[in-house]
Amino acid sequence: MSKKVLLSANEAVAWAACKAGCSVASAYPGTPSTEILENVAKFKETIYCEWAVNEKVGMEVAIGASIAGVRALTAMKHVGLNVAMDPLMTYTYVGANGGLVVVTADDPGMHSSQNEQDSRNLVRFARAPLFEPADSQETFDMIQEAFEVSETYRVPAFVRLTTRTSHTSTVVDVGDDFGPRQVEGKGYVKDIRRYIPVPMFARPHRLQAQERTEQLRAYGCGTRFNREEPGDRRLGIVTSGVTYQYVKEVFPEFAVLKLGFTNPLPAELIKRFAASVERLLVIEELDPFLEEQIRALGLKVVEHKTELNMLEMNPLRLTALRQELLGDVALPEVRRADAGLPTRPPVLCAGCSHRGVFYTLAKLGATVTGDIGCYTLGAFPPLSAMDTTICMGACIGNAYGMEKAGHKGRLCAVIGDSTFFHSGLTGILNVIYNGGRTTTVVLDNRITGMTGHQENPGSGKTLCGDPAPATDIAEVARAMGFKRVVTVPAYDLAALEQVLAEELDAPEPSVVIAGAPCRIAAKLWNLATYGVDAEKCKACGACFKLGCPAITRGEAAAGGKRFKCVIDPVQCSGCNLCIQTCKFGAISKIR
Amino acid sequence: MSAMNVSLVGVGGQGILLTSDILARTAARAGLDVKKSEIHGMAQRGGSVISQVRFAERVYSPIIQDGASDLLVSFERIEALRWRHLLRAGGKVLLNNLNLAPVTVSSGQQPGVDDLDARLAAEYPGACVVEGLRIATDLGNARAMNLVIAGALSTLTPFEVSVWEEAIRERIPGKMLETNLRAFAAGRDAVRG
Repeated sequence: MSKKVLLSANEAVAWAACKAGCSVASAYPGTPSTEILENVAKFKETIYCEWAVNEKVGMEVAIGASIAGVRALTAMKHVGLNVAMDPLMTYTYVGANGGLVVVTADDPGMHSSQNEQDSRNLVRFARAPLFEPADSQETFDMIQEAFEVSETYRVPAFVRLTTRTSHTSTVVDVGDDFGPRQVEGKGYVKDIRRYIPVPMFARPHRLQAQERTEQLRAYGCGTRFNREEPGDRRLGIVTSGVTYQYVKEVFPEFAVLKLGFTNPLPAELIKRFAASVERLLVIEELDPFLEEQIRALGLKVVEHKTELNMLEMNPLRLTALRQELLGDVALPEVRRADAGLPTRPPVLCAGCSHRGVFYTLAKLGATVTGDIGCYTLGAFPPLSAMDTTICMGACIGNAYGMEKAGHKGRLCAVIGDSTFFHSGLTGILNVIYNGGRTTTVVLDNRITGMTGHQENPGSGKTLCGDPAPATDIAEVARAMGFKRVVTVPAYDLAALEQVLAEELDAPEPSVVIAGAPCRIAAKLWNLATYGVDAEKCKACGACFKLGCPAITRGEAAAGGKRFKCVIDPVQCSGCNLCIQTCKFGAISKIR
Repeated sequence: MSAMNVSLVGVGGQGILLTSDILARTAARAGLDVKKSEIHGMAQRGGSVISQVRFAERVYSPIIQDGASDLLVSFERIEALRWRHLLRAGGKVLLNNLNLAPVTVSSGQQPGVDDLDARLAAEYPGACVVEGLRIATDLGNARAMNLVIAGALSTLTPFEVSVWEEAIRERIPGKMLETNLRAFAAGRDAVRG
């Protein structure tokens, strides 16, 4: 019997966690991994789940639950794993007690990320076992297996998704027995030799980690997730993850060694496969993670010129590879019709509470170090009010570093509320401790916006919708020692200009909180509607500088050099900013 | 039942992901293997959006190779040109008759497309055109435009209308269901004449 459901791999993680008897799950949102915890919350009756303030804390919570003897899960996007590496690197020595599964979702092609790191390198670095599912069914099966492996080999186990698997829905047989499973916890036994890795205890761990790696290598050679698929042996293809699907599409007739468990590398299995085929080809997405290790085994791998080791894999790229290697396919005829089309980049929503801050910072001519979130869009024209974005929380250290380097002119850091809680606290503490004068502007819209409106320590609610204390950022800054802490309304351009000019020019450090709830999350997108009196509009273009998607070009003026404005009543949310930019009183509330 | 590659394109917020989800559930209910792949994230903020649905006895790749879509469903007219490369020779096009100016045009940073009618007519002479927004507005709910398009789309797929309706019931909650089923039926009627 079976029960089939259409699930994305992210959903499949949650369903599998439920079936595997997971007890605790903690994660910070990040595309493409966000929906994992949102779906775990659907099983909150049996799994305690939460938004962690960042990935490091999420990892530490999951480790704590594992130490206490229960099954635990944490999930993150690829760059989140960087944040979580510190606790991970030691817990792989200490070894899991209750099963600990870590899901990392890479983003080949950088659909929604600032870099394209291949997390498999970090998993190898951490000496942890790694599963690479090719679809939602495998994700469902591998998550359950990963819990078993974690407990059997006493090590955190990784499941690596990618944007394509995370956001592709496929049919999953969850079994007719699907339901929450009660797993007896292993319990916690005090053992300082294990849990306190001071050097004298850590050295034996190091040796154990080495033994464990070889045991896991043997597991990898026997697991059902590494399988050979028969075919023409003139070419044998080693592949992993979602890339398998493209291989089956483009090289359907050849023998395939499909690897679902890739670290430690199942070397004997690969050697046997290599010996059974005339030529060995390795096809994988992003870094040559398998290929370099396979070459290091002394095996000969087909060389080619088709670039496959960066950006997202797809069938077309493999068709090009086949054309190069076998010359028996033609690239499909593709007709394009996009010449000269205007681009359609994402923009800050109509009514966004961040818009006025960027409008004002542009007006003040400030250099702005930015951060990760919706507000990164403030970098683009016509606002053009951001200079840098490096990683979560970096804006504060970046601004302070520029200040210490002697940067001339107005300078500030801009960070969202969720990012501030994630990694901004230590940044402002560093400023105050070291006597900097950096101004940090917190765009406090009381939600984690870009990833699709998740709760955070400022929003007053938890992942499961329960009430939580809403942390007051101004109080936090004052407690750290900031004397200049100013809260300014986000839709008052005059107040923003006065406050930001004063704080950016002040010789002391300051924190400015420019707050108003996200219009979309708070369902405030239809508060009022504004309209334009075409008679009064002088086509000066001032309102266009807001970059509001609701403000569009109307009739031409000045011989076609300038344009009057029109407000799209469908998009306008009545935020009131455009009225403040109009010197001619042409804009007014019509509803 | 025949294999099919469907690409759905448009602008963030138009309901593309819901429409593709209903299509995928319909195919799964009809007993086929199905893969539905979408790109979101920053695309939520008014950017260009794409979702791809493949169904057959067995589907491998979640991505449709360029030049291999049997059907291109465009919720917006400029986007229909942008994604032309997805369509195979002889593939069908379902075009929602709606222009949404990108902010790059409305704010005057980039020129608009003056010859859009002519370019669309030249690229897609046999396109099935649906007045999705007008039909949904006439029914009293402009937000049901995506279900009007789903209705039109349903006439180009091999599935029974009852299976489509089951998928819609599965996916859309209580109080919005009736409006959306009416929009779906109106979309079917609109393209069947």
